[in-house]
Amino acid sequence: MIAGLTATERQIGLVLAGLVTLMGAALGIAGRNDVLGYQGLLIVVFGALVMIALLRNLDAPEPDESRLAEYYDDPIRFGIVLTMLWAIFGMFVGLWVAALLAWPELTFDAAWASFGRLRPAHTTGVIFGFGGNALIATSLHVVQRTSRARLPDQVSPWFVLLGYNLFCLLAVTGYFAGITQSKEYAEPEWYADLWLVIVWVAYFALYIRTLARRKEPHIYVANWYYMAFILVVAVLHIVNNLAVPVSFGSAKAYSAFSGVQDAMTQWWYGHNAVAFFLTAGFLGMMYYYLPKRAERPIYSYRLSIISFWGITFMYMWAGSHHLHYTALPHWVQTLGMTFSVVLLVPSWASAANALLTLNGAWHKVRDDATLRFMMVAAVFYGLSTFEGSFLAIRAVNSLSHYTDWTVGHVHAGALGWVAMITFGALYTLTPAMWKRARMYSNTLVEVHFWCAVIGTLIYVFAMWNSGIIQGLMWRTYNDSGTLTYSFIESLVAMHPYYIARTLGGLFFLAGAAVGTYNIFMTIRHEPLPLSRRAEALGTDRPLVPGE
Amino acid sequence: MAVGERDPVTGKHTTGHEWNGIKELDNRVPRAVFFFLLATILFSIVYWVLMPAWPLGVTYTKGLLGIDQRQTVEKAVEEAAAQRAAWTDEIVRLDFAEITKRPELMRIVRESGSTLFGDNCAVCHGTDAKGSPGFPSLADDSWLWGGNPEIVAETLRIGINSTHPETRFAQMPAFGRDGILDRPAISSIVSFIRNNAEGIDDLGPLDMKGVEEGAQLFAENCAACHGAEGRGDPAMGAPDLMDNSWVISSDRASLSRTIWQGRQGQMPHWEERLAEIDRKILAIYVTEIAGRKMEAAQ
Ligand code: HEC
Ligand code: HEC
Ligand code: HEM
Repeated sequence: MIAGLTATERQIGLVLAGLVTLMGAALGIAGRNDVLGYQGLLIVVFGALVMIALLRNLDAPEPDESRLAEYYDDPIRFGIVLTMLWAIFGMFVGLWVAALLAWPELTFDAAWASFGRLRPAHTTGVIFGFGGNALIATSLHVVQRTSRARLPDQVSPWFVLLGYNLFCLLAVTGYFAGITQSKEYAEPEWYADLWLVIVWVAYFALYIRTLARRKEPHIYVANWYYMAFILVVAVLHIVNNLAVPVSFGSAKAYSAFSGVQDAMTQWWYGHNAVAFFLTAGFLGMMYYYLPKRAERPIYSYRLSIISFWGITFMYMWAGSHHLHYTALPHWVQTLGMTFSVVLLVPSWASAANALLTLNGAWHKVRDDATLRFMMVAAVFYGLSTFEGSFLAIRAVNSLSHYTDWTVGHVHAGALGWVAMITFGALYTLTPAMWKRARMYSNTLVEVHFWCAVIGTLIYVFAMWNSGIIQGLMWRTYNDSGTLTYSFIESLVAMHPYYIARTLGGLFFLAGAAVGTYNIFMTIRHEPLPLSRRAEALGTDRPLVPGE
Repeated sequence: MAVGERDPVTGKHTTGHEWNGIKELDNRVPRAVFFFLLATILFSIVYWVLMPAWPLGVTYTKGLLGIDQRQTVEKAVEEAAAQRAAWTDEIVRLDFAEITKRPELMRIVRESGSTLFGDNCAVCHGTDAKGSPGFPSLADDSWLWGGNPEIVAETLRIGINSTHPETRFAQMPAFGRDGILDRPAISSIVSFIRNNAEGIDDLGPLDMKGVEEGAQLFAENCAACHGAEGRGDPAMGAPDLMDNSWVISSDRASLSRTIWQGRQGQMPHWEERLAEIDRKILAIYVTEIAGRKMEAAQ
């Protein structure tokens, strides 16, 4: 991989890694009396490892000019591997958290293993580690292929990918050490947040520069979604994380917002993180890999436009549905609720556009587990957006809020939509990236598919039951006007469902493990001989050289 | 729009664009999409007209129905209080003896007492009120401070070794650690207690040693608080050591440890956290219902 970089690029990389190392050292020294010290140390180790890797190959010969006639895929390959590693980590911690809720003693009396630290390690691990790496890897693939343009340089994709993973590492190790700003999905503290801003701006610039080099007259719809994802996440991240650190040597910072404004900013962020990270980005993925695998044209160009603008506009207003019946003024709740209801239409339009695209390819859905992953993902996308709009209605929310129903809803989306579309995309992408005819084992893809479906169904049904029972128990009154159930009785009632959820999670994790094995075996296998590549992989249109 | 070739499967035209092999059909947006878009937008507009909805500088549109969540909650709370007043007034007015004689009130005490207990007390005393090591059982007839509802209500108000200014103090001295008794002496006292307390059926060879001296030492050191017969003293919260109810346990190790290092169990006070009527309900619930005269009340 490093051999593919030019000497100048290696030197630039070395300087960048050196700067990161220095930055880590400064942070570590300033924060030596604080947990921040360890975070600084982690940055130093990370930067040093990158420097060592570069130094060891600094004198390698210059790469061949012919590389410019091909797409730049090294970071994509690296990103695929990282995606699967984070998947295993994040889902394992998810399984642990699930088990912890059924058997609370599983923390082994260790502070780092307490629920409050493991839970964000799970959410960050799966959303940012697994989801984020999948988005970066696939977006770099999609933008090159649909623009017929090579990435503009070979340093910035590495900066984005490695920098992003440094952020994820800082976040997760920070939680274990007890660092958090206690905003859901925005737990990392100020120094990690600042670092992510830099990385994200580089990501946006990389994307725009690649699009600017495109040889196709139009920008394909998948790119709009990826761009919306990158741009909006930048805005959300910056605003919600505005904070003042206690000092340069302290991990702790205080938010610029307080009270109900803080809550509103947080859920404006939180909901749009779902919308633009977990929805828009993955819709971009779907719009490329699904038609590609099905070898069918997108059902309707106009439908994709309508749903794109519908989703982008409507989601921005919906965040307040997380704060029904709170100190938030009633009128804000009304707006959040009504926009959430309208939002259903463009969401279902996207799901329908995906499913209608499969017309004429349903026999492939039957035979090909990879395509089936993406089909099921579109179905779950439709299901969970319907459920979301429904839960946003105040009267429904008064039952569902604070219960496991929310968690069930999240995972219908997270397991059924986000994870499944990702697996579908990775099974399409991996053989192409490593020039293999197909995945190492199609049977294992099939096994993974069924593990994922069974796991998701068990999980979601368990949480629906538990959530609704919980909600009803909390609002049941005796004739005398007092509550019938104590909270502790509702906990007892949830226990069997928590065990079931753990089982569902086990299926899902097992599936992901099988998938990881399959991907690693595919990588280890012999590539196709050059003579047969065109026939098996000939789908990529060649780059237009010499620009 | 530039109309491209026909898709062989559906016979529809494509838009004529192609990206790395991906094409798009030029299908119209299905009517249903516009229909539902219109329907949901209409719903929203009606909802905005009826409910508080749009900001107008420092105020907002109040909605034709005049509904506001804060007023709704206040009204609901008032109504619920009014509905409950039928029995809450009675419970506040009557004394404990009178309440226990009224089956319809006792039914309510049992209902709401079990929820109050589950929400506030079960974490320490157990959902069945039977306690666990360190947290006394409230379901038997052995009491540290006495088992009538007035006393329990007071215990709830001020707590035991709590931060309340009037708290009850329960101080079991650390005889061993403070050098008042040595290990053999403590061992003898433990033998004495275990040989005389009710319901101990696991006596071993160690328990046979020093029973005589133990009795002597007990009279000198312990009787002041636990009574000459060892039957406890509710005035000091000193437990009966001769019954078969134990805050911790009756095994030799637990007894020796208590006598060596003393004990000051902590029961939080509830004066600021629970309304007087709730404490009253709990006092009756704990003394009359939890695990005991339940049947009588039914
Ligand atoms: C934080 C744990 C804790 C909670 C919560 C708690 N208790 Fe206690 N309670 C104790 C301990 C410990 C004692 C024994 C104190 C001692 O050893 O002197 C005690 C003692 C008592 C006693 C005195 C028993 C006797 O024999 O005289 C009563 C009555 C009592 N608790 C009732 C309640 C009720 C009712 C509640 C709920 C409102 C409650 N407790 C909540 C820890 C707790
Ligand atoms: C100053 C009064 C006082 C004296 C003297 C005293 N105790 Fe205690 N003892 C208490 C109190 C009060 C408690 C309850 C402590 C608590 O639970 O918070 C207690 C608790 C105990 C317990 C624990 C009972 C259980 O149910 O777990 C034992 C055993 C005990 N005492 C033994 C002794 C012995 C033996 C002596 C003499 C060597 C002694 N005590 C002297 C006040 C006293
Ligand atoms: C092995 C599979 C998984 C298991 C066992 C699992 C388990 C859990 C558990 C136990 C919780 C905490 C629920 C609570 O606090 O009551 C949780 C929360 C969450 N998980 Fe997962 N999870 C898995 C996969 C995923 C994936 C793949 C994603 C996203 C891509 C995801 C996203 C989330 C989110 C966003 C939350 C927070 C939900 C909320 O606050 O309501 N999970 N998960």
